[in-house]
Amino acid sequence: MMNTPFMRLWGAPIVLAILTTIGLLSALLGDGVWDLLSAFTLGVPVLCCAWYGLRRKT
Amino acid sequence: MTPITVRRWAWIHKWSSLICTVFMLLLCLTGLPLIYHHEINHLLGNEPEAPAMAADTPKANMDTILAAGKALYPGKMLMYISQEADEPNIWNLTLGDNPTDEGFKSIAVDARTAKVLAQPGFEGTFLGVMFHLHVDLYAGLWGKLFLGFMGLLLVIAIVSGVVLYAPFMRKLEFGEVRRERGPRVKWLDLHNMLGIVTLTWALVVGATGMINTWADLLLKYWQYTEMAEMIAPYKNLPLPKSLGSMQKALDNARAAEPHMKVAFVAFPGTPFSSPHHYGVFMNGDDALTSRMYKPVLIDAQTSQITESRELPWYLKALLISQPLHFGDYGGGWMQFLWAMLDIATIFVLGSGLYLWLKRGVQVKAPEKKGVETEQAMPAYATEGEAR
Repeated sequence: MMNTPFMRLWGAPIVLAILTTIGLLSALLGDGVWDLLSAFTLGVPVLCCAWYGLRRKT
Repeated sequence: MTPITVRRWAWIHKWSSLICTVFMLLLCLTGLPLIYHHEINHLLGNEPEAPAMAADTPKANMDTILAAGKALYPGKMLMYISQEADEPNIWNLTLGDNPTDEGFKSIAVDARTAKVLAQPGFEGTFLGVMFHLHVDLYAGLWGKLFLGFMGLLLVIAIVSGVVLYAPFMRKLEFGEVRRERGPRVKWLDLHNMLGIVTLTWALVVGATGMINTWADLLLKYWQYTEMAEMIAPYKNLPLPKSLGSMQKALDNARAAEPHMKVAFVAFPGTPFSSPHHYGVFMNGDDALTSRMYKPVLIDAQTSQITESRELPWYLKALLISQPLHFGDYGGGWMQFLWAMLDIATIFVLGSGLYLWLKRGVQVKAPEKKGVETEQAMPAYATEGEAR
């Protein structure tokens, strides 16, 4: 599945889009554990920015 | 995608983003402190604080509270009173020379003692300046609508950017940044990576920001349609000379909606009410209903309920788009992530501008593509191909 050219190109962006959407909606629908879920799912794109933006190839 | 299609989308991406980039940079920079406006106000000592008292201290009569505020400005009229969801001990009063006065005064009154706590300033303060630069550029409705149009261009730029992601990234791994290929290729890769990673957030915040700029227009429409229906019986009556009891009005509203609490009251003549009514806006207390308002229209002379009905879909959509733009609905972590994503967006905008400014500079790529692709693709598109 992840080996098709389409998924190689769009797999990660689709996963990030789904996670961001979950993060934006969950905190809207509830508090407590929903806010926590939101923090984790919205945290993924932020971590991606830092990881891919700052890493140096060895 | 044929080279011709890529070129068209590249044209759309270039112009939509070029026009809005400077304004988007301004919005990202001014939005950053606005994410933390409560914390900043607190630090600057501009946030009124209610002194600690026993939790069961009875609340003062609402009419006494209003009188305390009016005593400070005998010549002015009340425009709004409101309460923050997490501070039931403070009533915020807004007074002006007329119901739509933009130079209004704000007064914080203790809900238990009816003592004036503070007169928080807004215009001219750091956050006031940030707010205006973010919302209306000091140009009122037209400033808002202008920024809304810039938001539309941003949405177009994001969509066209996603379309262009494929031809640029075909030969690259996800998130690959070619640092060894000079600053332009490096920043192109960073632009693509940060852009695609923050895509959904930027699209949602951009689109909801644009919707927020239409708030004034949506309210006006609501006034001319639903509000006009609700207040039809008052059409030819003279304007109220003296206003009835606010305490009685709030008691009646609370009795009608026992599971809701009063978020704000709009006084007669303001955009949220009619010339004859108190517009009492109530909301629920869970995550979603605390964002939704139910208006209860109360006769401003008799304090009796005239009508209460659900808000129409377009105002509900407006209210839902506010938290999605502000990022104020998920606690401290969400604020922090909002700020981080905002900073990532600044990098996307800045790198995009940089790539345009350096557009003439070609990379010295030894393995250049054939002449055919070279002519058909814009210069920066071929860079994505060359490895």
